[in-house]
Amino acid sequence: MSTVTDSIFLPATAARFDNLVTLYPVKRSALVPMLLYAQDEIGYVSDAVVAEIAQRLDLLELDVRGVLSYYSMLRTEPAGKFNVQVCTNISCMIVGGYDILDHCKQRLGIGHKGVTPDGQFSLEEVECIGACCWAPAMQVNYDFHDNLTPAKVDAILDDYAAGRGEDVK
Amino acid sequence: MPDVTLTVDGQKITAPAGTLLIDACKTAGIQIPAFCYYPGLSLQAACRMCVVRIDKMPKLQTACTTPIAEGMVVSSESPEIAQARKATLQLLLGNHPLDCPVCDAGGQCELQDMTFKYGAAHSFYQEPKNHREEQQWSPTVYFDRPRCILCYRCVRMCGEGMDVYALGIQNRGSSAVIAPNIPASQSEDGLQHLDCEECGMCIDVCPVGALTSDTYRYKTRPWEMNHVATVCTHCGDGCKTSLGVRQTIDGSEIVRGDNRDKSGINGDFLCNKGRYGFDFANSPERITQPMLKQADGSHKAVSWDEALRFTGKKLREIREARGGGSIGVVGGNRLTNEEAYLLQKFARSVLGTNNIDHHRTADYVTFAAALSGHRDRFASQHDNEKAPAVLLIGGDPTNEAPLTAWNLRSNVRLNGARLYVANHAQIKLRRQAKAFLEIAPFGYGAVAAYLAGDDAAAQSAAHDGENLGRFREALRGEGSLLILIGSELRGNDLRRLVEFGLALPNTNFALLSDYVNAHGAADMGLLPDMLPGYQPLGGTHDYSSEYGERFSNTPGRDMVGIFDAAQTGDLAALYLVNANPVARYSVDPASLSNTFVVVHDMFLTETVRLADVILPSANLYEKSGSVTNSYGDLQLVKKASDRAGVRTDLELLVRVADAMGADVRKLVPFGKKPQANGIRADLGQTRGAQSGEADRHAVWLTSNNLEIKLSPFDPFAVLDEIQRLVPGYDLLRLQLMSGNDQHLAPAAPADLVRIEPTRRDLVLPAEDTLFTSGTLGRYSPKLVELADKYTHEPVGIPAD
Repeated sequence: MSTVTDSIFLPATAARFDNLVTLYPVKRSALVPMLLYAQDEIGYVSDAVVAEIAQRLDLLELDVRGVLSYYSMLRTEPAGKFNVQVCTNISCMIVGGYDILDHCKQRLGIGHKGVTPDGQFSLEEVECIGACCWAPAMQVNYDFHDNLTPAKVDAILDDYAAGRGEDVK
Repeated sequence: MPDVTLTVDGQKITAPAGTLLIDACKTAGIQIPAFCYYPGLSLQAACRMCVVRIDKMPKLQTACTTPIAEGMVVSSESPEIAQARKATLQLLLGNHPLDCPVCDAGGQCELQDMTFKYGAAHSFYQEPKNHREEQQWSPTVYFDRPRCILCYRCVRMCGEGMDVYALGIQNRGSSAVIAPNIPASQSEDGLQHLDCEECGMCIDVCPVGALTSDTYRYKTRPWEMNHVATVCTHCGDGCKTSLGVRQTIDGSEIVRGDNRDKSGINGDFLCNKGRYGFDFANSPERITQPMLKQADGSHKAVSWDEALRFTGKKLREIREARGGGSIGVVGGNRLTNEEAYLLQKFARSVLGTNNIDHHRTADYVTFAAALSGHRDRFASQHDNEKAPAVLLIGGDPTNEAPLTAWNLRSNVRLNGARLYVANHAQIKLRRQAKAFLEIAPFGYGAVAAYLAGDDAAAQSAAHDGENLGRFREALRGEGSLLILIGSELRGNDLRRLVEFGLALPNTNFALLSDYVNAHGAADMGLLPDMLPGYQPLGGTHDYSSEYGERFSNTPGRDMVGIFDAAQTGDLAALYLVNANPVARYSVDPASLSNTFVVVHDMFLTETVRLADVILPSANLYEKSGSVTNSYGDLQLVKKASDRAGVRTDLELLVRVADAMGADVRKLVPFGKKPQANGIRADLGQTRGAQSGEADRHAVWLTSNNLEIKLSPFDPFAVLDEIQRLVPGYDLLRLQLMSGNDQHLAPAAPADLVRIEPTRRDLVLPAEDTLFTSGTLGRYSPKLVELADKYTHEPVGIPAD
């Protein structure tokens, strides 16, 4: 039973949020995890998400927006169904991270932070995703793909486009 | 706290333990630059300008966050520190547009000063600057992102200081930006906006020109104005506002209002009315010529000579034919003490009437009577800053007396004061309160009775009986209490409350009223039954010999009585000075058709339209004198601006009296010669003109825009008489002239007779909001614009 009666989240998420606020000495500490979980469910942090989280944590919406805008992995616009995040930090860069990124741009016809017109894919250039040993690497939603070549990227994107990809949350 | 001794730049300084290094240095006269540090707000250490070298500590330390310690050795300036500060400035200037020549802050900008001092004029950055267009956040606040140095002062001021929390910070790094509380996604025009109290404190604390006001933006430069510190004309708190004035072809124009030197009773604070609510003075709608009503009901502009002669003749005829008792006089709440005093003296000694009243916004007569013989119990505004415990019963200072609210918030935040709030409404100050008591509708009298010990009153005092009991116990447990009383409490209720307070140890009282000089108007005797200083007409006083043969000891008609008399045809003349009773008391205009109505006013108000004679008058920003705030703090009003064609109410009264054939020297004790009754008004001539004192004084007066006391229009000549005759106004002239406030315990002579229980309760609170100010507010374009915007409750205030 959620403390917020008309929650916009699924019952399981709402229950998770109810629990989350009890885990910290001060309620507002739950803000960042809450924003992440909310983004995973809704796809982005909408005005309604901001309003409900502010209500749950006794914060002003302004405070929530302040934190939200600080983190580049939180977004206020919907991303594609599959959010392709290509790493271009040093390890990946040395072994062709930018080639992978450029290839994705060409193949998908969108740039950094862009979304394809059908809403299937979005593209982001991201900082290190911790897969340096298998560089170059990219992440699609929460699923990792490494030791990439442009051909391999094509195959991966084809899989997602055909619905064969894993949508890991 | 024990004192700590440390060495700064080779100089030994001592300060209480716990003091921040930056404050300790400031006290010792060593200035450490800082952008983000602001006294009274939380610490930020964001700007890195205050770095100093402290022996035995690695790297440079921020003086604004370092508490002093015994034996600390500090250097506040060295080539190393200068280099660090210069580097900081270069970073700050990295994205700065360097548009000082057009920026409002140019000439009074902390960043500009520091850049000059540390010579960071050359930048190593070759990248293009981040530019963003300026944004209008509200009718008063503009934001220029490129000028912002991210010191967070505005964010903290709005949140901690004002308890509004309308500003925040968004994004990070070089794209970090101050953001208002209405995001672009939620506003009608797709731009960011503010929903707040519009106090302008963010603009005030901004060390650069990032936040600017709509009123002053791009109008002039700071060095092109005359700056005159005077008292705001709006609420009863009496804040000092510095008006920036510029010459125009028909006098002068007020361009800016702000809290320039923070030297007033208001310290750091000034609300939107003091900052922006001066624009009525520049209004093209002002009356600038005397006017007489014609037979067809229209008004025709005439010469001053004709208007005054006609008024004097007509008033004299009425006085001779129908007696002074057929004349009514109503004064305003924005007159100076001198004008209010002179008005009642004019009424009592020249018109020969005691039919005198003003729009009462608090029951000061009962207050003075209840505290009779307790002159040490009148609280000053300054008591709000330090009192360990405060009871606020009635009133809503956040809206009606913003400085009081600011002081209470600061006292709770900085000193841990205990604030007790009792109100029928959920006023915003309950958020700072230790205990909040919700009073039942019309339950103020019952609460006063219950507090005073009448348990039977509990039923009608509050719905929550348990809370009521706890509330009283908590108050009784306080060793020292400041009681702020709203205008809801009057007459016997007010008396009961004061009696309750007097039974406690160390209690001080203040009665909150509206408008700048409502308190002064009552003190100065704009009342039908009270002389200046709450001396009952029927009691013992010296006025019979002072005011001449027309003076009578019989109380006159009050406000209601005056208009009742008009209804029955017993009011032959009505003399109104900056009052709008027709709107305020819903007077039937037809009832005044057979009354000769003379008004002093600035605008064609409902009342002025009915007048037979309209005399255009100056407002508080165009005259000198003194005013008394709700608390009894007396301050100097300085003439700031000027408008061709208008005259001060003081001058008009003297001129009308003169036109009536009265002896002006008896009305105003001016001139060189010492006169009867010890009246004095000299510039030091009696001590010898050759002493040079007179000259110096005259030069000083002139340079401060004060008239020299050689004319009957000199307010200080009237002040002489006030000092001599009004109990409680034993003020210090030097203190007044220095622009400092001084606390008076206005009147309450020990032998004040018990007020008749039948005395009518004529208190009518103004019920102004943050954006209204009686009749005058309607003529301020900025206040009207703000009031329109906030016809709903501000949503920027968090639910709790």
